[in-house]
Amino acid sequence: MKFLAKSALAAVFLAGSGTTAWSADAVVNVYNWSDYIDESILAEFEKETGIKVVYDVFDSNDILETKLLAGGTGYDVVVPSGSFLSRQIQAGVFQPLDKSKLPNLGNMWDVVSERTAIYDPENAHSINYMWGTTGIGYNVEKIAERMSDAPVDSWKLIFDPAILSKFADCGVFMLNAPEEMIPAALNYLGEDPDSHDPKIIAKAEEVLLAIRPHIQKFHSSEYINALANGDICIAVGWSGDVLQARDRAAEAENGVNVNYSTPVEGALMWFDQMAIPKDAPNVENAHKFIDYMMRAEVMAKASNYVYYANGNKASQALLEPDVIGDTAIYPSDDALGTLYITTPYPPKVQRKVTRLWTKVKSGQ
Amino acid sequence: MNQKHQDTKAPAVEYLDSSSTDSVPGTLEGFHKQLQLLPPYRWLSQAIAGSGISARGLLIATPYLWLLLFFLAPFLIVLKISFSEYAIAQPPYTALFEWVDDIYIQVKLNLENYQLLYEDSLYWRAYLNSVKIAGISTLLALLVGYPLAYGMTRAPRHWRLALLMLVILPFWTSFLIRVYAWIGILKKEGLLNLLLLNLGVIDQPLTVMNTDIAVYIGIVYSYLPFMVLPLYASLEKMDDSLLEAAADLGCRPIKSFWQITFPISIHGVIAGCFLVFIPALGEFVIPDLLGGSGTLMIGKTLWAEFFSNRDWPLSSAVAVVLLLILVVPIVAFQKMQEKDKVA
Repeated sequence: MKFLAKSALAAVFLAGSGTTAWSADAVVNVYNWSDYIDESILAEFEKETGIKVVYDVFDSNDILETKLLAGGTGYDVVVPSGSFLSRQIQAGVFQPLDKSKLPNLGNMWDVVSERTAIYDPENAHSINYMWGTTGIGYNVEKIAERMSDAPVDSWKLIFDPAILSKFADCGVFMLNAPEEMIPAALNYLGEDPDSHDPKIIAKAEEVLLAIRPHIQKFHSSEYINALANGDICIAVGWSGDVLQARDRAAEAENGVNVNYSTPVEGALMWFDQMAIPKDAPNVENAHKFIDYMMRAEVMAKASNYVYYANGNKASQALLEPDVIGDTAIYPSDDALGTLYITTPYPPKVQRKVTRLWTKVKSGQ
Repeated sequence: MNQKHQDTKAPAVEYLDSSSTDSVPGTLEGFHKQLQLLPPYRWLSQAIAGSGISARGLLIATPYLWLLLFFLAPFLIVLKISFSEYAIAQPPYTALFEWVDDIYIQVKLNLENYQLLYEDSLYWRAYLNSVKIAGISTLLALLVGYPLAYGMTRAPRHWRLALLMLVILPFWTSFLIRVYAWIGILKKEGLLNLLLLNLGVIDQPLTVMNTDIAVYIGIVYSYLPFMVLPLYASLEKMDDSLLEAAADLGCRPIKSFWQITFPISIHGVIAGCFLVFIPALGEFVIPDLLGGSGTLMIGKTLWAEFFSNRDWPLSSAVAVVLLLILVVPIVAFQKMQEKDKVA
């Protein structure tokens, strides 16, 4: 029996020791959005620095935030969007960046830095990776077949049930992101998209419930392939993702034409920011990674691949003409004026928002 | 049963004297010797040895210790979180206890989460729907599993092991992959529709995927072995001479099944039903992958509250209520059984 007790004790220690062999030296653990990088960049970084990149992906800010707030993620670099970043800084999730280790900071673009400073004062905790808009991706032919004068450049296409119902049969996807869809619905109604007033937000609920029957799926990454394969007609999605779908369809030569529009009423402008969690195991390597990403040629390569605009001024000279010249990626100054940004909901309102979203998604 | 009991007892006595035997490197015994070099481990093992806890006492205490460590402690943590308030912090809830002036502990119980569960019909409907889905699935699993188990026990003896293996074999593949495979079978252009269309049974593809029917199929498929194994165990022990005697006395097979076989297997039926019902009630993977966005189940609601809404206090409250709903019938069942034994 003594033997049994000893064995049990030894087994407990054995089980406990399995989790500690983790933070090796030459590693950087990166947690970024899916379909968001040219993987050759990672390979080149590994080759130049000898630091291995462990790259992991997510497709919703919520999942990232759940992990960050639980703590001990083991990630060194994470990429939340602005309003989430702001809340996470408040919760004390991130460490301030050591800017002496980021010599490429001079490459950044003030137009973007000014806006990201709203979420992260003085950009003390984060560096912009990419930014974009939330708009409408659509299948050109299938839309024209069903409605010749469809308002593809307006939120009416989505939020007017009479119009959206025409496309229900060929598939409509919507982002599974209440923090983006509620502001869009409010913007369509002419309300302040950044409203935190529950009464105003309730108006968005009515609009969303009215179009709910015509929406096939709420998902934040599947729409790229679904649009590219011609499986769906419309997706409310992120600019670069829709443009990636356009390119995948063109490469496949399957006769599918995908287009992206930034609605005339205005659209959300969002910023994805690289930041280092407080409990990151490889802080030094994280700084090296972020600094590498700020190189003009690296950032240009990244944007040329994923069709998102970046916050790096120096990279603009190296961008392909179909990136820097596309107003869906780099909007004109006039269009920039219609874009809005949002700030995080306070906890009580957040609960109402998530409840509203559950109701919309489940249709009850 | 008696036989087994003695088997386990004999080596226990032997081990009492085995502490002086040479340790073999690589075994737990050897590992224990090495760990003795670490003071905290040495103190702990000496404390256990010196406290006068007998081998028997330790043996009895082990399951309780296990429950305490892996059930009660996590449950108390969840219970604690369920009384806190959602906050922007790491972790994302407010503290329950606070020191005031270094001598008072201030306890702040927030009942809002439970109030919300009561007021918002979403949660009640999710609970009831889970009970419904789990109940119907259990019944279906019993209907499918009973003939299967019965057939297995009636099979020639040398086949039984092979049949038992066939029931267990699917466990060798990941549960998740098996559920994913059902997507390929049930979807609109899936195997099931192709088969039925080609056979001419239907002329329009059936919509099974993303409905409650798909969830039933998934649950019955996934948990069927948990139904079959206890049924098989209880049916196999049955003495065939009872049925022969019944037949000799002119009892019809159907009647002797209900009079003899079924009552004998009732413990297997109850065990099987519990083994299916309890995990099915909190099931998350199957409704998420096979069910539609309208399939309301508490496991899914719990996941959404935790991961999408980051509302730990509310999801903890959901978990506590789910546990209570599960514990009440189990305790009632235990009480009932004890009464049976006394009577």
